[in-house]
Amino acid sequence: MEFFLEVLLGGLLAGVMYALVAIGFVLIYKASGVFNFAQGAMVLFSALTFVSLLERGVPFWLAFVLSLAAMVLLAVAVERVVLRPLVNRPPITLFMATLGLSYVIEGFAQALWGAQVHGLELGISDEPLELGGMLLSQFDIFAAVTAALLVLALSLLFNKTRIGLSLRAVADDPLAALAVGIRLQRVWVLVWAVAGFVGLVAGLLWGARLGVQFSLSLVVLKALPVLIIGGFTSISGAIVGGLIIGASEKLAEVYLGPIIGGGIENWFPYVLALLFLLVRPAGIFGERAIERV
Amino acid sequence: MFYQESGQFSTRYAQDRRVFRLRQDRYGLVALLLVAFVGVPYLGNDYWFSAILIPFLVLSLAGLGLNLLTGYAGQLSLGSAAFMAVGAFATYNVELRVPGSPLLLSMALGGGVAALVAVLFGLPSLRIKGFYLLVSTLAAQFFVTWALTRFSWFSNNSASGVISAPRLEILGVDLNSPVGRYLLTLSVVVALFWLGKNLVRSELGRNWMAVRDMDTAAAVMGIALFKTKLLAFAISGFFLGVAGALWAFTYLGTVEPHGFDLNRSFQILFIIIIGGLGSILGNFLGAAFIVLFPVLLSNLLALLPTGLIETGQIENLQKMAFGALIIVFLVKEPEGLARLWQKFRERARLWPLRY
Amino acid sequence: MAHTQATKVEHLLVLENIGLSFKGVKAVTDISFAVAAGEICALIGPNGAGKSSLLNVINGVYQAQQGRIRFAGEEHRRMRPHDAAVRGIARTFQNIALFKGMSVLDNVLTGRTLKRRSSWIEQALRIGRAAGEDDRQREAAERIIDFLHIQPWRDTLVGKLPYGLQKRVELARALAAEPRLLLLDEPMAGMNAEEKLQMSRFIVDINRELGTTVVLIEHDIGVVMGICDHVVVLDYGRKIGDGPPDEVRQNPEVIAAYLGTRH
Repeated sequence: MEFFLEVLLGGLLAGVMYALVAIGFVLIYKASGVFNFAQGAMVLFSALTFVSLLERGVPFWLAFVLSLAAMVLLAVAVERVVLRPLVNRPPITLFMATLGLSYVIEGFAQALWGAQVHGLELGISDEPLELGGMLLSQFDIFAAVTAALLVLALSLLFNKTRIGLSLRAVADDPLAALAVGIRLQRVWVLVWAVAGFVGLVAGLLWGARLGVQFSLSLVVLKALPVLIIGGFTSISGAIVGGLIIGASEKLAEVYLGPIIGGGIENWFPYVLALLFLLVRPAGIFGERAIERV
Repeated sequence: MFYQESGQFSTRYAQDRRVFRLRQDRYGLVALLLVAFVGVPYLGNDYWFSAILIPFLVLSLAGLGLNLLTGYAGQLSLGSAAFMAVGAFATYNVELRVPGSPLLLSMALGGGVAALVAVLFGLPSLRIKGFYLLVSTLAAQFFVTWALTRFSWFSNNSASGVISAPRLEILGVDLNSPVGRYLLTLSVVVALFWLGKNLVRSELGRNWMAVRDMDTAAAVMGIALFKTKLLAFAISGFFLGVAGALWAFTYLGTVEPHGFDLNRSFQILFIIIIGGLGSILGNFLGAAFIVLFPVLLSNLLALLPTGLIETGQIENLQKMAFGALIIVFLVKEPEGLARLWQKFRERARLWPLRY
Repeated sequence: MAHTQATKVEHLLVLENIGLSFKGVKAVTDISFAVAAGEICALIGPNGAGKSSLLNVINGVYQAQQGRIRFAGEEHRRMRPHDAAVRGIARTFQNIALFKGMSVLDNVLTGRTLKRRSSWIEQALRIGRAAGEDDRQREAAERIIDFLHIQPWRDTLVGKLPYGLQKRVELARALAAEPRLLLLDEPMAGMNAEEKLQMSRFIVDINRELGTTVVLIEHDIGVVMGICDHVVVLDYGRKIGDGPPDEVRQNPEVIAAYLGTRH
């Protein structure tokens, strides 16, 4: 039983990471209706920028600010080159454009900073901490707290500021938002920049865990089932979905793995998400739209 | 002027329905086939057969497979490589376990198995649409490569799931030389493209497009959505499966499951985006582009003074260029190279007049 | 509402106590009416009265929670769009629902899906029944294209046609199925007077020459009174009037709810 709980908690904490990537995704989907496959590439790019600056002797906070600035620049570029020319095109077109975008960002990040694995030390020890008889990684707890703070900050941004108000307006009805004088393009840049920021945080946490390397960009593949379970438009859904995927994936690997063979965590989340879809097609928190004809 | 259609009237519906309604187009096709089947084998060299023409033909076929599903029936898929893998491994196993099975039959059976697997992962398309469907095809992608690696039965217990080509022979004719493999690939690809073209012009093709454009209206017209979608998955799976078998046996010779990873699926999606969604010709154009572009790029970079660009950077540059091209095509010419070709032809029909 | 139709008419479509709600919001409440074979019946009422919802119930796009539908003597509790099409119900949509990536001819041909007998394999391999059938399908489609005067645009992608023509192509597609009952959701919305006149004529022609029963939703009272044999008035999801045009226009409840003032 204790072992089970340990696996479960370990999974939940890994799920926090998935949730972080998924949150960036939800932000963009809500505000610009874009299914952003490049979110993983953004995680990679931001973390790689940060760690490379750090290695070149740039102080921690400055490196953080500079990486953030890079993400803002990226958001501006994406709005100019991808979103603006593709406005009013079918969602599938925008999705394919973000596929292209992910290639550009990945290629650029590796061309600029190289393809080797970078270690990242955030100064949080990974020593296990004993809590109620269970061993938990200090780092995982730190990650969870960071994620919680981030979500809190985001919800303040969305619910208490004017920017948040226009953001929600755009998400609800872009045309109406335009009509009341909200500048769509600025909102898009802002959202992509915020998603970049979330990506940076996710990238640092992941990177400190596994090393900053190309595989970071593959996290997006884990975020997709998370979104299916949580619904594309709900931040709380992304969190819950992330936790569900993280926990079930670890449990499946530990308990199911020995029976049908290891390495199932690659596809297990997808099968889980599929089962979910058959039961609740709009996710836990999503609303099913009534089709009007 | 040389491309005139004056005097060519359709007097019967059957004439109007022809793929190539104009006489000069029909002659052109015959000439092209003659060149491909007779001229190229005489003129080409082994490098061209093995490194350019065979992969070009196979990727065209794979593009066609995905285009039927995504471009025509509107069902987005990121699992093309998985169905190719199934086709390759199933063909291998038919050859291995059914002694004396003719090569073409083994490939057809391999394609059939891929079709079944595609239908299985297409089942959720009944209830889910659009991006949600990505989950199902990605599940196929990850699950299939995992299963083929994990269960060594599929690869006859070889290390890390590697399989090798059987002897390529049809009716006693040995096809193992580069030109033989080229002719085998060409024949299969031409036959399947003929089939594909007929399909998209038939009732089923129209139903696919109807489902793609407006599925509620399609259902109201009496089109059986579930059957139409599943047939799209099955037929697409069949084409991809045969393409996978060709990829493994006439192009690479040996292949492992990870040769059919997610990047291969992306590559095939890029072929149809660049070539043209919902176009048959576009698959050839897109595949030619995908095969030739890296060759051109590395030749171009070789012209630069040495040391300016490290060899390791070529891959990164190529990646960026591909990504950028995808975006450029989606913005400037969402109907791909096929549309550019069509525009050119319309000009040619009127030349020397402009309107 | 007194039902003042001739005593012995054959009813093609009978709705009994139909009720439909979305997440507890009632769209249609307890609606009953009957459509005689061969008539043109109009559904009128202010926006949000439940007209389109009712049409969607008739051809199975929505499932009514209450009530029964009888079509051609057969009763259906649950009908899906496909079943409706098989039984001979075709329709057009309020916001044109054509297949935009296909030509006019191909759109009309999709309407003939259910008339096809050869299998997809025969068609793909061009064997068996496929070739002869292609000719017959094409002939039938061409007849409809002639009937509605859209020959010049036969090979044009419908997405590129002007609105009025798109409406006509959509009508052609519905007609191609040779339906017994044709449902038209605002066939004249957004048209100018001349186009409306032309469309009205088409509808009357379809009704007279092909014998097709028509149920249509229309806001233009002039058109409704001009071409319809039977009018059903809805308001807030309830039926408030049902009868021949002249009778309905005298009905005080209808006048109050919809027509506003006496003409």
